[in-house]
Amino acid sequence: MSIILDHVSYIYEKDTPLAMKALDDICLVIPDGQFIGIIGHTGSGKSTLMQHLNGLIRATSGSIYFNGEDIYDTDYDRKKLRSKVGLVFQYPEHQLFEIDVFKDVCFGPKNLGLERKEVELRAYDALRKVGLPDELFYQSPFELSGGQKRRVAIAGVLAMKPEVLILDEPTAGLDPKGRDEILKQIKKLQAETGMTILLVSHSMEDVAEYVDRIIVMNKGSILYDDVPKEVFRHYKELEEVGLAAPQVTYIMHALRAKGLLVDADATTVEEAAEQIMQAVRGRHA
Amino acid sequence: MGIVEAKDLTYEYIRRDEEGNVEGITRAVDEVSFHIQPGEFIAILGHNGSGKSTLAKHINAILYPTEGTIWVDGMDTQDEKQLWNVRQTAGMVFQNPDNQIIGQVVEEDVGFGPENMGIPTEEIWQRVEESLRAVGMYQFRKYSPNKLSGGQKQRVSIAGVLAMHPKCIVLDEPTAMLDPNGRKEVIRAVRGLNQVEGVTVILITHYMEEIVHADHVFVMDQGKIAMEGTPREIFSQVDRLQDLRLDVPQVTLLAYELQNRGLPLPDGILTTEELVQALGL
Repeated sequence: MSIILDHVSYIYEKDTPLAMKALDDICLVIPDGQFIGIIGHTGSGKSTLMQHLNGLIRATSGSIYFNGEDIYDTDYDRKKLRSKVGLVFQYPEHQLFEIDVFKDVCFGPKNLGLERKEVELRAYDALRKVGLPDELFYQSPFELSGGQKRRVAIAGVLAMKPEVLILDEPTAGLDPKGRDEILKQIKKLQAETGMTILLVSHSMEDVAEYVDRIIVMNKGSILYDDVPKEVFRHYKELEEVGLAAPQVTYIMHALRAKGLLVDADATTVEEAAEQIMQAVRGRHA
Repeated sequence: MGIVEAKDLTYEYIRRDEEGNVEGITRAVDEVSFHIQPGEFIAILGHNGSGKSTLAKHINAILYPTEGTIWVDGMDTQDEKQLWNVRQTAGMVFQNPDNQIIGQVVEEDVGFGPENMGIPTEEIWQRVEESLRAVGMYQFRKYSPNKLSGGQKQRVSIAGVLAMHPKCIVLDEPTAMLDPNGRKEVIRAVRGLNQVEGVTVILITHYMEEIVHADHVFVMDQGKIAMEGTPREIFSQVDRLQDLRLDVPQVTLLAYELQNRGLPLPDGILTTEELVQALGL
């Protein structure tokens, strides 16, 4: 079970003077259960790529296989694909509309034509999974805090029981604690359900902390695809394409340049602290 | 008199149910007093819902105090005769660049403000040029804003405010929607305005790294100013900030973690250079 992209290209406004290649010959395998971070500057093709995965955009050329089936086959049920691959857009709270939180989360599964009991079970389960306290279930979604609204919006997608969850900058605009809470919840969700998660993010620190694998997009192509440590080793190249490494990576490089024997690959504060302690002890020994 | 001064500033939202009956009152800003000197770089931190945006909107006379008073360059913002002067003195830049750009061409967009102020055409062009140069966007003056990146659009928004020759600019999370490069561009432009042009800057942000160069930091919580001081004073209090749902720059956090593991380091390290020195390298 997996998603496979085979030489996928996408051209906006093909055959017009405005034609622009947004994706250029992408080949990618996304096995089940991975937590993947997608990074790239604005306009690098991240969102276009994500929209291909649930069939919102159709590739100009190439094929996409979801669990072994070609999603562009004439008899393939693309509507079903959309419930299997859940997409949480940026600022998803703008899409909340029901009079209470619970009804809002029920909207998706209800539209799948499920029985009322099943719909409510799913909504309840989804709200629990995003860690929203029970006493908020019957409040208007508009009275919640920014972080809570976002959880409700994510629950709305989870209630569709997707196998793959794509989140487009789920933490934009949240305060630091809110960012941590959402990401921890997503990590927990992934660990408990084994769901495949793709996280589009502009925060290198967040990506370094949480994901197993990073895909770096640049000009519609994949620039790097590796574990965070390996990707951030290319911090100079990342800067050239408008990205950066987490701040700690720079600190470790600076310390190393000054002669402290640390491994410069640390990408989280925790790792960096351990590394420095070892090096400092080594120096005094 | 400071450029912005507030005394016991209070703002209350009235919550109503569907029939319009009053359900309750929320105090978004609660008896806040402060004093900002011309030319200062001020940062305002605070978790979502702490009241920082509500406070900021008072500086531009978008909201008026329920109680208390706020003066911008000596003008009471509730004085209707001064409304346009207040707005011209304190310009505002918001989070989403796409909601702030109206012109078809970059230079037209920047000229919109001064044109509305009735500035003579020749001077408008002069101001447009100066403003675009100040944010490093002059070479894009003939572009359509649609073709720009988020960071570039946000710099155009800042130029648009700058062309009105404000003494003070309030930026409400101007980098929240930008990629790392865009964030850097915008912060660099803002620091330039402050240091080169001497414009008073009030920056609201959730990114701790952006404010290490500020002169003074306010931390809001429940409508009040919970902490106040230089970035070093504020970032020395890692635990307190985390209680307030905030964070510190990664280098500060790293130094704090090293302290916890027994290394003797000073509190409130703000830059990599300081850490290098403190480690005696």
